[in-house]
This record gives sequence, C-alpha cells and structure tokens, in this order.
Amino acid sequence: MEKVLEVRWHARGGQGAKTAALMLAESIAEMGKYVQGFPEYGPERMGAPILAFNRISDNPIHIHSNVINPHIVIVLDATLLGPKVTQGVPDDGIYIVNTTKTPQQVRGILKITGGKIYTVDANQISLDTIGRVIPNTPLMGAFVRATQLIPYEEFMENMKAELAKKFKKKPEVIEGNLKAIERAYQEVKSE
Amino acid sequence: MKNKVAITGNEAVAQAMKQINPDVVAAYPITPQTEVVQIFSSFVSNGQVDTEFVTVESEHSAMSAAIGASAAGARAMTATSSQGLALMFEMVYIASSLRLPIVFPVVNRALSGPINIHCDHSDAMGIKDSGVIQLFSENAQEAYDNMIQAVRIAEHPDVLLPVSVNFDGFITSHALDVLEVLDDDTVKSFVGRYQPEEYLLDAKNPVSMGNFDMYDFYFEHKRQQVAAMEAAKKVIEEVGKEYEAISGRKYGLIDAYRLEDAEMAVVVLNSAAGSAKGVVDELREKGMKVGVLKPRAFRPFPFEAVQEALKKVKAVAVLDRAETFSTLGGPMFADVRTALYDLKNDIKVVNYVYGLGGRDLRLEDVEKVFGDLADIIKTGRADKFVNYLGLRE
Repeated sequence: MEKVLEVRWHARGGQGAKTAALMLAESIAEMGKYVQGFPEYGPERMGAPILAFNRISDNPIHIHSNVINPHIVIVLDATLLGPKVTQGVPDDGIYIVNTTKTPQQVRGILKITGGKIYTVDANQISLDTIGRVIPNTPLMGAFVRATQLIPYEEFMENMKAELAKKFKKKPEVIEGNLKAIERAYQEVKSE
Repeated sequence: MKNKVAITGNEAVAQAMKQINPDVVAAYPITPQTEVVQIFSSFVSNGQVDTEFVTVESEHSAMSAAIGASAAGARAMTATSSQGLALMFEMVYIASSLRLPIVFPVVNRALSGPINIHCDHSDAMGIKDSGVIQLFSENAQEAYDNMIQAVRIAEHPDVLLPVSVNFDGFITSHALDVLEVLDDDTVKSFVGRYQPEEYLLDAKNPVSMGNFDMYDFYFEHKRQQVAAMEAAKKVIEEVGKEYEAISGRKYGLIDAYRLEDAEMAVVVLNSAAGSAKGVVDELREKGMKVGVLKPRAFRPFPFEAVQEALKKVKAVAVLDRAETFSTLGGPMFADVRTALYDLKNDIKVVNYVYGLGGRDLRLEDVEKVFGDLADIIKTGRADKFVNYLGLRE
C-alpha cells in the first residue's frame, strides 16, 4: 500500500456504523497496519444520517482532518444513496452498499459511470443470523471481499477475538455475527 | 513494535491512569472527557487499581477534593473538559498556589456559548495564566505518554505544580488510533512512589496550608511560582529524556518538524500539528522549504526553544484554536510573536484562528497558509496579521 487508504461510512444513527468503523480498524491493526477509525459526531439521534471514517496505511498516519476524498464508500442504508455518497470520491472509487437492489440499479441511482459497485442484502443476512436488522457486521465481510486488503481467514480470526472482547457479557451473539460476516463475504455481488 | 494496541485517546489516557495507580481520583463526567473517568471507575470497581475514587457533585468539588487529597499527602488526579474546567477555575489557582502536584487530563472542547461539544482550545486557554503546567498532545500516543511523564514533572521537588495534559476532544479522544503502551511494571517504576516532603497528615512535622497571605508575603509567593515554572522547563526535558530511555519516543519542550532548513513555519498545538505535518511532507516534495513547530509545553512557554527553532525562518504563521477577543489575534500568537521580536531578524509573524467549535481543519487550509507565507516572503509585506481559516465571511 503506497498511499493512505481512506474509507467513508454513510449510515443512520443506530445502525452501528461507528462500532463497525472502529472494529474494522481494530482488526486491520492486528495485521500490523496503522489505522484510524472515527465518527463525525453531530446531533446524536436515532435515524439521523451520520458519517464515520477510516484511514489505513503501512506507515504511521499524521493527518487528523475528516476524510474528504475516500477511495472506498460503505453505505449501510440504501435510502441515503445520493449525491452525498459520491461527493469527493475518485473515478475509480469503490462503493459497498447494503441493499436488495443490483449493482447496476445502484449505479443508476448514483449516476456514475466509473468505479466499482458491490451490493449485499445485509439487512436480511443480519435478520437470519443475528436475529435483528443490524447491518454493520455483515458489511465488514463485504469490505474484505471488495478490497482484498486482508486475507479472509486472517480477518475472521481477528474478528473472532474482537467480538469476544466486545461481547464479553453477551457471548451468545458472537457466532451469529461471524456467520453474518461470512455470508456477506460470500453473497456480495459486484459489477 | 511491541505492545501495539488500537484504542481511542480516552482509552489510552484511562490506561495510563490505571498504570499510574494514583491514590485518589475525584471527577465529574463531562463530554468528551466522560469515558476517561467511566473507564477508570471500572478499573476501580474491578480492583485493578488501589485508588480511592470520589464521585463529586461538580468540577469545583472535583478539584477541591483533589486539592484536599494532595495536601494530605496523596497522589491525586481529576479530569475534565470545557464547562467543567470553567467551573473548576477558582480551585485551579488554589492548586497551583498551594504547589500541589495534581495531574489532570483536559479533553479540549469549546466553551459555551453558543453551546457546543466539539474541539477547540478555549477551555485550556482560560487557565493559561493560572500557574498550571500545560502539556499538549498530538494524538493518543502523546496523550498517553504525557500522562505518565506529567506525574514526574508535577512531583519534581524543583517544580511542585499541577500539570494538565491536553488532547483534542473527539478528534483524539474518540478516534481509534494505533499506539504503543508500556507494561505495568515499567510505568510503576518510572513514576515511583510519591513521597512529598511536606504534607498535612505528617503528624511528626506539622504544617499548615492555605493560610491568609498579606502584602508582606503574597508577592514573594507568586514569584516562587514563576521560579517553579522556570525550573519546570529543565525538568520537562530531563523527564523526557528518561522517558525516551524506556519508550524509545523523544519528548522535549517543543516538537520541531522539518525545520532545519525551513523558510516558512506553522506553529500549532495538538492534533492539527499532525495534519500540518502531512501537508509539509507533500509541499516538501514540491520543493517548498516548510516546517511545523508544535509546542508540547504551552505553560511554561518555551520561548528560548521557540526562538532557537525559528531563528532562521523568514515567515511564521501561528494557528490558534481559540479567540482572545483582544482584536490582536489568538493567545499563542501573542506569545510566539513576543518571543521572536527580540531576535531582530525581521521574521514576519502572522496569525490564523481556526477550528473553533470543532470546525474541521482541512489540508487545503494549511496549504493556503503556506501559500500566504510564500507571498509574504516574496513581497516582504504582511499587511493583515490576524486571519481566520475555514470561516465563511
């Protein structure tokens, strides 16, 4: 990795984007990379649009400003698809979207010609595996598939440890979350 | 790197407090500091520290309790932000004039009003004349490292002053970052046991503290506080060298980044210094001779080190994340400009107020500053010396 890889998450308050951005960063840090994970704290309300960010690099990261030109955009809520999602993204940007729509349909909504689009029905996956609609963990599986940044097995090992730490008092949800990541990794569609 | 962890700034500072294992912590929660004491209180309830944790009803009481504990002979801490520090203000002066080595993180946040929870340095700048040592931290690593060193600086017999460790609210406090932590035993032996020379619970050598002090002694006592601040400069550097030996990370009064041959410099505190360094790296590749000066100690103000680092530059921009409303620029601008005045090198010094209430400092903003400095050098003129960065006008 020559440059710092920048990621922007679009979600609604309560969907777990901040948690996902931090957990993703933690598991990538396990590989010896340098990472940042931070949300944009606005008025914190359930359902309000929120942003979260990641930076990933082989070298220490000095910069502390918000991410303006992300190479990767992750959308947890398809109702947010619009100009704000494509803002600042380079032509070869990668979009990972939680939706029942096809990548071609998403391309039409975003009105872009370049880039690569990945879609996955993370709502259904999380409902099947975790028992409620919480699309954040499955999206991480789609991220691993789309970016090829981390070997899948290694990521799952790290994630197992992260989830065990996070859900020390609720170990019963760990298996479902891992299953959700695995299914999203397998079911993600691209074009 | 051993002991490399990915944690937030607040987690890093709570971790440092755990390893320091102070005798007393008295605190009241306030955004964005809350997590520090929340996490620390879990260490207390899990028996991972021996600390007496005092849940007080306000920040005024938090500092009061820390003062009482410290005067009694305990190693005491508190932590706060913004309005909390403002409410604590009266007691901060008491702590420094009683010469009590209380260490307290300040998670920098804008002061009301209008009400705002995000980062600027108006809280810290409110106590810059209180006699408290102020260390600033670029990232979670520095916040962690500064906490551990602060204990040694505060308790040094030549100093005996409170030390506040500043780091940026949300930008540093709530962001996950990769840093290296020391092991518990290393920290324990570095901070050592606190053995005050004089303390209230020493029944064999009774002393009194906080006495009425008239015009016959008050002035001399104030002069002694200045002498302690002066001594602190040397102590900060010495403790930094010792800390480098156990951590491999260098700490002094200032951090001079690519200034050796620089013609232009930006002076800036905390996390924005990191972004400025990123811009400097890019501009250096284009052949511009630029650098960053980040004061680590703001009080005492290391003016000798600032003069030494900037004596060869032609133009300097001081970036302040706080207003003074003097109409003469921000608080650090005044200090830097005064320090450089006596060099008689005709260094042009201009000011940019930025980032108030959490406004993001973008890389283009820093690039613009260096562009302005290049123009000043070219024309030899700096007509407008107080500017606003990233502001709609």
